[in-house]
Amino acid sequence: MGLTTIDWVIMAVYFAFVLGIGAALKRYMKTSTDFFLAGRSIPAWVCGLAFISANLGAQEVIGMGASGAKYGILTSHFYWIGAIPAMVFVGVFMMPFYYGSRARSVPEYLRLRFDEKTRGLNAVSFATMTIFSSGISMYAMAKLIQTLHILDAPFRGLGLPQAWIFDTGIIVSALVVLTYIYLGGLTSAIYNEVLQFFLIVAGFIPLVWLGLKNVGGWSGLKASLGPSYVHSWVGMGSPHTNRLGVEWFGLTMGLGFVLSFGYWCTDFLVVQRAMAADSMASARRTPLIAAVPKMLFPFLVILPGLIAIALPTQPPPVMNGPQGSAIAAPAGRGLIPAKLDATTGQPVLDNNGHPQLDYDLAVPNLLLRYFPTGILGLGLTALLASFMSGMAGNVTAFNTVWTHDIYEPYIRPNAGDAHYLMMGRLATIFGIALSIAGAYLATRFNNIMDMLQLVFAFVNAPLFATFLLGMFWKRATGHGAFIGLLSGTLAAAVHHALTIPVDAIPGVKGGWLRVLHTYPSEMAQNFWTAIFAWTTCFLVTILVSLVTKAPEESRLVGLVYSLTERPQEGHLSWYKRPAYLGVAILGATALLNLIFR
Amino acid sequence: MGLDIRLPIGMIFTIFGIMLIVFGVFSNPSLYAQSLGINVNLIWGVVLLVFGAIMLFLGARGMFGKRSTTANPQGREPRH
Repeated sequence: MGLTTIDWVIMAVYFAFVLGIGAALKRYMKTSTDFFLAGRSIPAWVCGLAFISANLGAQEVIGMGASGAKYGILTSHFYWIGAIPAMVFVGVFMMPFYYGSRARSVPEYLRLRFDEKTRGLNAVSFATMTIFSSGISMYAMAKLIQTLHILDAPFRGLGLPQAWIFDTGIIVSALVVLTYIYLGGLTSAIYNEVLQFFLIVAGFIPLVWLGLKNVGGWSGLKASLGPSYVHSWVGMGSPHTNRLGVEWFGLTMGLGFVLSFGYWCTDFLVVQRAMAADSMASARRTPLIAAVPKMLFPFLVILPGLIAIALPTQPPPVMNGPQGSAIAAPAGRGLIPAKLDATTGQPVLDNNGHPQLDYDLAVPNLLLRYFPTGILGLGLTALLASFMSGMAGNVTAFNTVWTHDIYEPYIRPNAGDAHYLMMGRLATIFGIALSIAGAYLATRFNNIMDMLQLVFAFVNAPLFATFLLGMFWKRATGHGAFIGLLSGTLAAAVHHALTIPVDAIPGVKGGWLRVLHTYPSEMAQNFWTAIFAWTTCFLVTILVSLVTKAPEESRLVGLVYSLTERPQEGHLSWYKRPAYLGVAILGATALLNLIFR
Repeated sequence: MGLDIRLPIGMIFTIFGIMLIVFGVFSNPSLYAQSLGINVNLIWGVVLLVFGAIMLFLGARGMFGKRSTTANPQGREPRH
């Protein structure tokens, strides 16, 4: 790869700014509110961009490009169905309770609304999840630096072994994120997320522009890829007539309702950005402002995947075999190479004996294909920025939940504010240390990560039912919520144990008790697992609530819809009113669906 | 929170813009065979510079401008 001085200078300037922002904010971190909630003083547009950027980690930038190459424009369902409606809902309906209750975190809201045990359950599972997500982000970044050979030349120059590149990637990224969060807390994370947002956009627009120009625009893509790649709704009537292998009901209910609302409406990682807003009106506008770029992101992150697969296939690269002999790798498709096993170097085959494609390289290869030195530095900076914002989002969510929802109630109650501020800083350090451990765990045991993500999916799937009933049904009780959540998780596990995607072997993919039903794709199985979990949690919470003692209404003021005054917004101009904004965003999203149907 | 985020964003984009423009003007044209013959450094450098300048202007107006009208354009609503 032809990196020259200018690329290195661009990356160095980026690191200098990221750390500089942390240093500049250090003197404002006086209380725990400054550190954990940015002093509740951030303007709406900044919160909005941080809201979307915290979610714009590696999984999104690399993963959505990969899905674009694999599934085509159908991937846009993860945005237009799987994000926008939930973002509008959390802004218009749920934010008044999160922000208005003065809770400092999502688990703390659960304590105010339900009880201690529901909060504890949510806090512990959430904290564990953030650690592993940030570890996975770190792992993905170090892996990418290794795969793209970014650091090979400088390491040779310095006489360092190439084997250290992976470790260097992990340690440097961890230290940078640690420094800027340790210094400036949530404000620093949010400010850097906004900077990262603009850098990601600035790095990806020229990529899409050059790529589209080369393949002859949208019509060129259509012509070379065929209809199954360029329609998002045609063929959704049956799982066998579209690339996702899911039918419209599983898609809209599983992804569009359960998974999407469960993530965008209850995940503290994103909700924390809105809680930092300077007023109730700003907090409610945060997810709505975020929805506007989110709506357009498919063009930035999915299109590169389609372009990468539409380009003429490169001749198979020649690699060095075990004894230095040259062996030809199996052909990929477009810019996407065949997947090679990390340990043996042999191509990975699917169940039918065909070589699998390494879709995760769609976006990086496109970057290397079109960007000459100079702008290549900007493109790589955009990738680095995305990895770091994803990591930092998890770290700030972790230090807050650890300090307010685990340390303060269970380990050391009633210590002074200065003590909790210090604990927040300490939590940043050991949170990152644990993430590093997670990253190395991922290198050692690939299956452990698959299993953990599965467990998280089981824990997360029912959550939205608990919040929906908590916020909109005053009769829901703490026992109901707790037992409902546990049953929902159990239902997810049981459903997973009894079903399997077609062509899979029973085990981590499902069917580990016995196989009662076979799904046409893994995605269909995931969506239906979520639907079962949500429905179980919803029904069990209602049943248990009805047989347990109703909570006192006076305690629920400000926490439940029917007992809370509507936020006053008569003084706001129309374009700042959440309801109007929400309708406009939903209208625009419907239009996009119609255009790309 | 003391620092207007538009200032550092404006600064970094201005720096990147100038760097890419200068590099784009003086670099060997054969470099751009890869980017379909387009001098993408020069063109994108100009875009980044314009964006950076706008952010710098807005940030400076927000931080140092008249407090009564533009000190904090997003925070005018009363706190709840």
